[in-house]
Amino acid sequence: MLDPIRAGLAGGWKHIDAATLTKGQTFEADVVIIGTGAGGGVTADILSDAGLRVVLVEEGPLRSSSDFKMREADAYPQLYQESASRKTADKAINIYQGRCVGGSTTVNWTSSFRTPPEVFEFWQHQFGLRQLSAESMSSWFAVMEHKLSIRRWETSPNANNQALAIGGEKLGIPIASIKRNVKGCWNLGYCGMGCPTNAKQSMLVTTIPAALNRGATLYTRLRAERLRFAGGRVTAVDCMALQPDGIHPAGKRVHLRARHFVIAGGAIGSPALLLRSGVPDPYRRLGKRTFLHPVVISSALMPERVDAYAGAPQTIYSDHFLHQAPIDGPLGFKLEVPPLHPVLLSTTLQGYGEAHARLMREFTHVNALLALLRDGFNPDSRGGQVGLDGNGLPVLDYPIHDVIWDAARRALLAMAEIQFAAGARWVSPAHESAPGYASWAEAKKGIAELPLKPLVCRVVSAHVMGGCGMADAPQRGVVDHRGRHFWLGNLSVHDGSLFPTSLGVNPQLSIYGLVARNASLLAAELSGRPVPLIP
Amino acid sequence: MSCSRRQFIKAGLAGSCLLSLAGWLNAAGARRLSDAEREMLAALSNTMLEGALPTDAEQRRQLVDLTVDGIATAVAGLSLAAQKEVGELFGLLVVAPGRRILAGVGKPWREASRAEISEFLQAWRSSRLNLLQSAYGALHDLIFGAWYARSDTWEAIGYPGPPQGVF
Repeated sequence: MLDPIRAGLAGGWKHIDAATLTKGQTFEADVVIIGTGAGGGVTADILSDAGLRVVLVEEGPLRSSSDFKMREADAYPQLYQESASRKTADKAINIYQGRCVGGSTTVNWTSSFRTPPEVFEFWQHQFGLRQLSAESMSSWFAVMEHKLSIRRWETSPNANNQALAIGGEKLGIPIASIKRNVKGCWNLGYCGMGCPTNAKQSMLVTTIPAALNRGATLYTRLRAERLRFAGGRVTAVDCMALQPDGIHPAGKRVHLRARHFVIAGGAIGSPALLLRSGVPDPYRRLGKRTFLHPVVISSALMPERVDAYAGAPQTIYSDHFLHQAPIDGPLGFKLEVPPLHPVLLSTTLQGYGEAHARLMREFTHVNALLALLRDGFNPDSRGGQVGLDGNGLPVLDYPIHDVIWDAARRALLAMAEIQFAAGARWVSPAHESAPGYASWAEAKKGIAELPLKPLVCRVVSAHVMGGCGMADAPQRGVVDHRGRHFWLGNLSVHDGSLFPTSLGVNPQLSIYGLVARNASLLAAELSGRPVPLIP
Repeated sequence: MSCSRRQFIKAGLAGSCLLSLAGWLNAAGARRLSDAEREMLAALSNTMLEGALPTDAEQRRQLVDLTVDGIATAVAGLSLAAQKEVGELFGLLVVAPGRRILAGVGKPWREASRAEISEFLQAWRSSRLNLLQSAYGALHDLIFGAWYARSDTWEAIGYPGPPQGVF
């Protein structure tokens, strides 16, 4: 298996692992990009293609297919924020976010959806984003779909996804297949631990190699600490080298200067960097309205083997329950399935001792469904807030209000009904006091009475959005529709923190499309070339 | 109601006092597990992993030891803030007042029965105090994460492990 990253490094890519620095450094470029995920990768590709000198800063390590051993014990500590156990302030929501070159695109499950038209309409009405619509963005999505091989997945779904399809069809709930960003996928099922065959068209194997081939510089294990600014412009960013463990500071500092600064550290990291830097925020919008698509989980035991660890992890979905009420009404939810591996399943399953062991012995027969709750549209769903702890590191406070629990209960009921319709012999929500149910009638009664509270009902998230929201005016947001900061002229935000609400779809393609547009506008401005022809 | 409320407040107050003590003991930040912490984690793993562990005492002890090693590795991979919190929790559970008042376990961990430990886990799991509930969650995730991360635990659940081949 050719490892394109190791080949590139051998060919002279400029990569500096800050953990190995023996003394501090100062570096100057045209543009500094903080973060190498969906936003940072696309930005680096487009700006370097316009002839600009870019430097990328990544807090995590550079890992590639030779390192991806498909083992949870290696993958979570190396590739995820806080070893995949990042949590909200009250510990009630576990957050899965990438932390490595490629960011979450290196570890996501490849699900690719355009931003839904009704989401753009909501942004136009509520946040004055009249430039953004399904029509105006269509060409940008098409460009990125082409570049990242996003298309229909023709292989049959694995049994875990098939359960959603069968149950949905039996109940007359429309289901559909998910487009994926893969090329020559082996259908292994280990996307979440880094693709071992380089089939997944993540930033790690597409945009970042393209930028490095054009002479871009990549720093890894380097944490952006503070932006320096004066007279309405950012002048530099101070960064701190981390030790090889990626956790402890190494003591060396790197000072980066540039004409323009792009922040793409994800919807927790980006607002935190701006908060630490004390950038102007007179209307107190920064770090507010952070959305998670809070996820509730239903597990089932099926009569046949499911082997949910094998095969493309997410290929079937249903948006039926997103369309039962107006977008700002009771929260709708999207249904998908997760891949199951021993650590992920055993830590998510409630209980301990013999009861837990008995379920784990049925590992190969477990099907799980996920409901992603669409937060941020209902007036009572205002999301969470990113703040800083005593060491200046981010803390996300996301109170789970009644509007969320109301949707969670409807979602747990819907998932149980689908699982029984698909033939399940036992179903249980991931919930500390759910006893598990042997029939839909039993589940319907039991779930209706379950107490839904933080730390009792399991809630997770893999989609962090918002915190530097776009709007037409600084009273309503942090940046404009191009991602330009309202107060600092040469500062842009290019990641999921831009979204003024959640999306109701897995976010990667929404970030790719919007950032392709905004990076192209920025490239034209900085290089003096004509603006792109597509709107 | 008033009695349980009083106990609730008492546990809350004792908890904050003990936590600040544990915080002080752990002011230096992350460090290796002490013998007392290993003993406590071994006792908890021995109860949580009931049904997954073998019945043979010697085999069981060895596997519990490996699980505690796995917990130490996992803790070292957490953020510094989370390491500090976990250090406080462990520090709290190994001092006798913490074990007695908050966990309700009278005997030292090594001597406590699985039934006593299970009662403590169940009490924290269903506690009205967020702090204790989230502490239960942390112990649950650390112990099961450390157990099922090891490939020798996979055969019992039918997981064949990652595909082998031309990688």
